[in-house]
Amino acid sequence: MKPLIKKLTETFSPSGYENAIREVIIEEIKDFADEIRVDALGNLIARKGSGGKKIMLAAHMDEIGIMVNHVDENGFARFSSLGGVFPQTLVGSRVKFVNGTSGVIGAHFLKRPVRLVMNNKMYVDTGATSPKNSPIQVGDVAGFERPFLDLGKRLVAKSMDDRIGVAVLIETLRELKSTPHEVYFVFTVQEEVGVRGATTSAYGVNPDIGIALDVTGADDVPEIDTKTIFLGKGPTFKFKDAGSLGDPRVIELFIKTARKNKIPYQREVATMGGTDARAIQLTHAGVPVMTLSVPCRYVHSPSEMVDYGDVQNTVKLLTKFLEKKVEL
Amino acid sequence: MLKIRKTQLNLLEKLTNAVAVSGDEGEIRKIVRAEIEGIADEIKTDAMGNLLVTKRGKGKNRLRIMLAAHMDEIGFMLVNKESDGIFQFETIGGIDPRQLAGKPILVGREKVPGVIGSAPIHLVSADERGSKIPLKSLRIDVGLGKPKVKVGDRATFATKFLRMGDSIRAKALDDRLGVAILIELLKNAPANIDLLAAFTVQEELGLRGAKIAAHALAPDLALAIDSTPAYDFPMHDGSENIRYNTKLGAGPAIYTLDGRTLSDPRIIRWLSETGDEKKIPYQYRQPGGGGTDAGSIHLSLAGIPTGSVSVPGRYAHTAMGLCRIKDWEHSLNLLHEALLNLSPKVLAR
Repeated sequence: MKPLIKKLTETFSPSGYENAIREVIIEEIKDFADEIRVDALGNLIARKGSGGKKIMLAAHMDEIGIMVNHVDENGFARFSSLGGVFPQTLVGSRVKFVNGTSGVIGAHFLKRPVRLVMNNKMYVDTGATSPKNSPIQVGDVAGFERPFLDLGKRLVAKSMDDRIGVAVLIETLRELKSTPHEVYFVFTVQEEVGVRGATTSAYGVNPDIGIALDVTGADDVPEIDTKTIFLGKGPTFKFKDAGSLGDPRVIELFIKTARKNKIPYQREVATMGGTDARAIQLTHAGVPVMTLSVPCRYVHSPSEMVDYGDVQNTVKLLTKFLEKKVEL
Repeated sequence: MLKIRKTQLNLLEKLTNAVAVSGDEGEIRKIVRAEIEGIADEIKTDAMGNLLVTKRGKGKNRLRIMLAAHMDEIGFMLVNKESDGIFQFETIGGIDPRQLAGKPILVGREKVPGVIGSAPIHLVSADERGSKIPLKSLRIDVGLGKPKVKVGDRATFATKFLRMGDSIRAKALDDRLGVAILIELLKNAPANIDLLAAFTVQEELGLRGAKIAAHALAPDLALAIDSTPAYDFPMHDGSENIRYNTKLGAGPAIYTLDGRTLSDPRIIRWLSETGDEKKIPYQYRQPGGGGTDAGSIHLSLAGIPTGSVSVPGRYAHTAMGLCRIKDWEHSLNLLHEALLNLSPKVLAR
């Protein structure tokens, strides 16, 4: 899976501009799905199986980024964040625009980086010297540039959130030989700006069960007193976060599947955050949901780290889950 | 190209002088209905009060496009009668309490004149003068013997429309400019599309009317037509103003990102290419917060490709705004030309 993860994480597709990653995914799945379509907002929806329970699996294909809001008289581009960007991760970052332009983020002589984005004090330097010769203008969008890094057991890249979920879905679709269900592998758009793609794709799919595939913050690092989520201890089943409560019946099914197949898992209770499950649960007359997460360190930084074993276990677990009939 | 002439100015005068605080949009609905009766194929007021107007085109492969302009405006609601003629009130929609003291207002459907009162300078200590006046220290005062003024009544600023040469000063330019443009587009609707006009309610309270309007109309694509702030003053210290949102005189503002919507890139391209081709000036609104009806439209049903176009206006959400007639005209023409040139190709990925 490593070459796939590299390819996915090195593609630039910030929220609302998911064309590039969608093309990459279509290429990877076209021989494995029974049907593929793209909806009005750009969600990529691949179906496998038909007639059984409609299970929607959602992994978002967008990533956090920035959008230019002004090119000043000396050619420096001021910007707004696209999704939850931590200002302290920005200074010295390199960015790549959807139109191909590269640039670096400057804020060299300023202190207190936390306040910088709000105050429009940081800027992208593309080498331009005036608005006239600037290769970018107001409204142009960029992602963070950082190559994929294979540390053996651990993998590091930008946009592991949520390309690792995308990789899990692709691999599961390939592994899944047959299923009694009608499974929808949905690669959603605009999750980072408020689970928007999941809102509309869930309406379109109208599933019986919804599973969001995402990363969750691993806190097994220094300077954290109470550690709860660990790399290498398996995927997490989310009981709650700020956006949804995992349906107890769905969680139970996953626990059973994990035990039966001797796959490690972690129980997760989060106070913050939200995933596509938040949108899926409230569509039509309501949908039982759960979030299945791959633990990830340094989420929303340009160097997000996951454990390769966790990734493989997530694929294995999800494949096993989809092979069997389920009753709620 | 379409022109803003006396007829259009008179209509905007009528629209901005009318009172339609969110949730009580009847007066605007009536004006709009009168303007478009006889033009439209279908006119309907829905359960929340949205006025939904259909103007069908001719020929094959017509896209169904929803254009939304909100009828409501910000204002106040009386919440407690303290003594004869004196009321505590709440704001409806986003209003900065610092803008309020001393403003003349109109209360209720009868438009009873009143004033927003606060302590006079004589009774304010020197150190209090620099601080802001919170809403709880302000009152609406309509004078004695007004039994018709009751708790629950709405109120808004009593500003009258004024033409100032190239500019217009009025209340509620947000979004009567959009309403005026949408009426004009209905009157000049191109035949290559089905135009689904939604004059929406309760935008200022969270894009509520547009949500159900989009659900009912189920269009192929949509645009919100609104007015957005211009804060395009020179900086006091001579430095470059980098947070203007939009600039007066620079034409319609095309949205890329606001607090509620990432405009569909295909729609941004369609609008800007139309502007380039037809030599209609336009600007990109600075990405930032805020929101238009697009915010609820694009998330309706299984998703609707949506964008927004606004006429820039100074001093939005205060007693009076100021806009340029040319920006209004260019906005109308950008939209009109874009509609003329709308085909399924626009939505190709």
